[in-house]
Parts: sequence; structure tokens; C-alpha cells
Amino acid sequence: MKKINAMFKRLAARGEKALIPYITAGDPSLALSRELVLEMAGRGADLIELGIPFSDPLADGPTIQAACQRALKQEVNLPKILDLVRTLRQDTEIPLVLMGYYNPILAYGLDRLARDAAEAGVDGFIIPDLPGEEARDWHRAACDAGLAPIFLAAPTSGPARIRKIGSLTRGFLYYVSVTGITGARAGLPEDLKTALAEVRQLVTCPLAVGFGISTPEQVRDLAPLVDGVVVGSAIVQKIACRTDAAMVKEIGDFIAELKAPLRSGQ
Amino acid sequence: MLPDKHGHFGQFGGRFVPETLMPALLELEKAYSRIRRDPDFRKELAGLLKDYVGRPSPLYFAQHLTQALGGPKIYLKREDLNHTGAHKINNTLGQGLLARRMGKKRVIAETGAGQHGVATATVAALLGMECDIYMGTEDIRRQRLNVIRMKLLGAQVIPVESGSCTLKDAMNEAIRDWVTNVRHTHYVIGSVAGPHPYPRLVRDFQSVIGREAKVQMRQAEGRLPDCLVACVGGGSNAMGLFYPFLKDPVRFIGVEAAGHGLESGRHSATLVAGAVGVLHGACSYLLQDPWGNIREAHSLAPGLDYPGVGPEHSYFKETGRAEYVAINDEEALEGFKILARTEGILPALESAHAVAYVQKHAKEFKDGELVVINLSGRGDKDVEAVSEILEQS
Ligand SMILES: Cc1ncc(COP(=O)(O)O)c(C=O)c1O
Repeated sequence: MKKINAMFKRLAARGEKALIPYITAGDPSLALSRELVLEMAGRGADLIELGIPFSDPLADGPTIQAACQRALKQEVNLPKILDLVRTLRQDTEIPLVLMGYYNPILAYGLDRLARDAAEAGVDGFIIPDLPGEEARDWHRAACDAGLAPIFLAAPTSGPARIRKIGSLTRGFLYYVSVTGITGARAGLPEDLKTALAEVRQLVTCPLAVGFGISTPEQVRDLAPLVDGVVVGSAIVQKIACRTDAAMVKEIGDFIAELKAPLRSGQ
Repeated sequence: MLPDKHGHFGQFGGRFVPETLMPALLELEKAYSRIRRDPDFRKELAGLLKDYVGRPSPLYFAQHLTQALGGPKIYLKREDLNHTGAHKINNTLGQGLLARRMGKKRVIAETGAGQHGVATATVAALLGMECDIYMGTEDIRRQRLNVIRMKLLGAQVIPVESGSCTLKDAMNEAIRDWVTNVRHTHYVIGSVAGPHPYPRLVRDFQSVIGREAKVQMRQAEGRLPDCLVACVGGGSNAMGLFYPFLKDPVRFIGVEAAGHGLESGRHSATLVAGAVGVLHGACSYLLQDPWGNIREAHSLAPGLDYPGVGPEHSYFKETGRAEYVAINDEEALEGFKILARTEGILPALESAHAVAYVQKHAKEFKDGELVVINLSGRGDKDVEAVSEILEQS
């Protein structure tokens, strides 16, 4: 949790916004996930989301569904992802957040996972199918271990819920840009900017926006309204099945392009 | 009365969904608690259940089956005689009328056996709503006739090609659709599963089965039955029969699908052999691996081929209010055959599991015990699949 807060503070002081890329851990392999994290951290990422593969990712579109399937074929599971984080912590201090569905987290055990994850060097969790109403035990377990339980708000939430979610979340509030599932989209909703301006008035924590954001132009467009931008499917699409050495470098170049409009003075 | 206001049945139930859907679930809950008390709504639903569905469905004394098995006195609750051929229409009519009152123009549903899809498509046609049905490609193959029926009724059948290509995957895809189109679409969940308020709402609409059975049994025998037997996929036909007897001294037996056998790992016996977890919006028993990934279910009966179960059944298991047992594919086929030969009734393969349980355990019942088997659907949809298997063997 501390690393996330410090990162947003540091960037804010510079008038800079955070780039938050998402990859599915173990897609195409855990070894390449490690390389990807280090490459992205070196090329401008400010916080990295590592997806925990799940058999039934019902808030995800085809791109991340396929990534989950590829990772599950490698028999990737939570203990292996925690090992990955442990080895990453030898080389990078970038905030790392795990993003995954509730059942694997529940199967591991809430308190045990919070402790093990914090010890491994994880900074927070995003659980897309765990709304605040059902999150009491998890919120306590995560906070006790020093992890940020990060919650999502959606275009359907309305002001009252957004306020509540804003006071529940730690690290940042993740605003879902579209009424829908993950997946790169050519265009974002017309009213997204108005919505973000409203959310800004309702919460005091850092605000990140994600779902469907895929190009540097979209990032540039949204940057003034938020503290961070999440890019997932667009990156996962570029990884899709590739294991060649050039892939890691290409992702690094893409990260640099996405980050450019988020730097101060841009 | 359960569920509590957050939709929990003890540790089970709840609302484990993406935030995008939370407001829709809250809206549905509010609308339902208002509309369900509305006399116009009740009158309209009761009228359609009578004249359109053909209720009350008979409680039939299965004299020949009773004689053949030499065990308890067996009654069949004939949900197979409903319009569209299964209990599913009780729920889809209720939800359809509710959705219309909520101003929704489009309904979507998942389907396994195709019975819920047909029942949803039927109600959409009746009420003039747009209708999309998600169905796994494996089920599209084994329930071809129901696919044709849905299309004839004007629904679009959307094939689902992920995972095991069955009911679970169809439900994933339906939820993804709902997340995207939630503002004008109502999701007609087909069982007492999913997030709150669905388990409660579907239970209410299906409880007509048990309410009728209670009255009918009193008329036939002057007393309550001793035991109720129903197959359990998501658990709606079982809950519909059981719930009105909740406080009565009546045994509840839920029959799950043991598929190729519990030892084989290829089954759908969620309550008998699963573990507690969260799937499709609710905490309940599930089939899962040690890392919390959902396992594929298996059953000859597409309507039972689901790795989850309604949360209230998990609660009944935990509190001991109901017993849950499992019947394998082979036994279910025997149940199918004996009902066909003794009573001239072809049951749905799902319902055949309930028949098979009583067949297998007939001798364990006391003399004169009264058993009601819920005949949740008719077997027309299964004749191709069954005849293929019988020809092979
Ligand atoms: C005839 C019939 N019976 C039973 C079921 C299982 O569902 P439930 O357990 O919700 O009654 C189905 C589901 O498709 C069905 O078609």
C-alpha cells in the first residue's frame, strides 16, 4: 500500500500521471512475465497489474480470456505468481498489484493470502467480482497485511455508490471507462470525460481509469482528468502467443509511447 | 426468513458481481419487492399460469411404477405437462412480466438443456420482447430440437465456444452481455442460482409447484407426503417443490448427476462432491480444483451439467434440511426406461435422475410411505440422444 501511495505522491509533485499496464501472469510463460515486468518498469510504467489466470473470467473480453487460458495451460497458480513477485523484488521496486477473480483468492484463504502476498512484495489487489458489500473480511485482511484493497467504480454506479467506494478503496480508485467488459476499443464513450470530472469531485483518493484504453492518443485525451491510466488488452493482444525475443522489446516500446503523453509538460 | 437483506443464506449466497452490475441488482431487488405485492401483477401472472401454462399441473398417482418397484407409493408432479414441457416456464413468465414492468425491452438467458431457453423465448414472444439465448456448442449439438424451437419463437441463439461449451460457459457469456447492455436488458436467470435477488426470486416463482402439490396430496391422501424427490442442476425445480414444505415434517431429497461416476471425476455432483466457493455471483458449493479454478461438469442430462448450484441448497445441505445424493448416467437411463414402459411417460433426462433414485432405493422406504417425484420436464428433447445411446449398447 505504502509504495502505491508514495508513487502517486511523487508523480503528482511533478505534475505527471501514472501509466498502469496489465499483463496476465504466466502469459506466455512466467519467465517472460518476469522479463516483461522489468522491461515495462524500465520504459515508463509506474505500477504494474499482474493478472491471476482464472477459468471463468466473466468481466473479461476475448483477449484476456485467451491469455488466462494460455497461462492456465502453463499451470500458473497463485503460489507460482507469488514466487514470481519474490524474484521480481530482487530487481525492481515498482508497485505490483495482483488482479484476479475472487474464487482463487478464497480458495487460497483470505488471511493467508494477504500475509503471503505482502511478504512476497505485492502492494495491492484488484478483485473485479468482489463489490464492497461482500468485501468486509477481505478489506480487513488486506489492510492488516499492509496491502491495498483496490475497488472499482463503474459508469452505472451513480454518485452515492462512487462516494462509498471512494472511501473504501486504498491506493487508488479504479474507474471502469465503459459499461462492459475488458477489451481494446476503437472509441471510448462520449460522456467519459464528463463522468471522470464528476468522479473527481466525489472522491479524494488518486483516480485511475481503465477498460478499453489502447492508444497513446486516448491516453493523451484522458490524462488531464485522472491520476493514472490502465492499459490491458492492448498490451495482452501484442503479447498473444509470442515467445520471441523481439516481443519483450516491442512491448517496451509500446509502454514508452503510452507513457509519453503522461509526462509533465505534455 | 432467508435470505437476509444482503441475499445471504448463512454463509452462502450474496452478490459477487462486477460493480457495473451492482446497481442493476439493487434496482431489480427494489422493483421486485414492489411489484410482487402489486395485485395487478399477481392477477396477470396467475391468469397466465392457468390459461397459458395449463396450471395446476396434475399430481398423478403412478400406480404401475409403484407396483413395479414394490416400495413407496409414488406420485408424480407433472411439470412435464406445462406449456413448453418443463417447470422452467413458471419462472420465465414471472421474470418476463417483471422485466416488462421495469421497462426492459430485451431479455437474455443462458440455457443448457434448452428448456429454459425455450421458456424464455416463449415468454419473449408472448410479451413482445427482443430475446437472445446463450447456449454452449456441445449443448446445441445434443439438444438440436430445442435450438430449432427457440429460433422458431423468434429468439437468436448465440453459440458459446469457450471452456466445456456447456451451461457454465453459456452463463459466463450471458453475464458478459448483461454487463454490457444492463441499462435496457433483463437477464432471465434460469435457476435458483446467481447473485441476489435471483435465488429468492426464482424460488418464489417456482414455489407454485410445491404449493399445488401440498393441496393435491391432501386431497388425494388426506395428509402430507413423507418425502419429496427432485433432480438438482441449479436447483429450481427442487426448490420449487421443497420450499412450501420447509416447516413440515417432510424429507427432501435432491438428486444430482453422478455422470460417469463420482470416482471418475466426470460428474456434476456439486453438493455431494464439491467444495464451497464463489461462481456466477454467489457463494455456494462448486466443482473446483485446489487453486479455485472451476472444473468442467459432466452429465448425460444437459440441464444438470453445471459445476455450481443454488446457494439455498448449500444452506439446506449444511443445516441438514435436505439430503443430496447422486445418480449416474446409466442409472438415469434405467429411470428413463422404467417410466416409459410402466407409465407411458417419457421423462426429461434430468427428471429421470429423480425417478432413478427412487427406483434404486425403493426397498429402503417404509411400507405406505408417500413419495412425490418432481417430473420437471418431458423427454421429447432427449429422444435422439437416448436412442443413439440405446442403439450403441
Ligand atoms: C427438465 C429439466 N429439469 C431440471 C433441470 C435442472 O434445473 P433445476 O435444477 O434448476 O431445476 C432442467 C434444466 O435445464 C430441465 O430442463
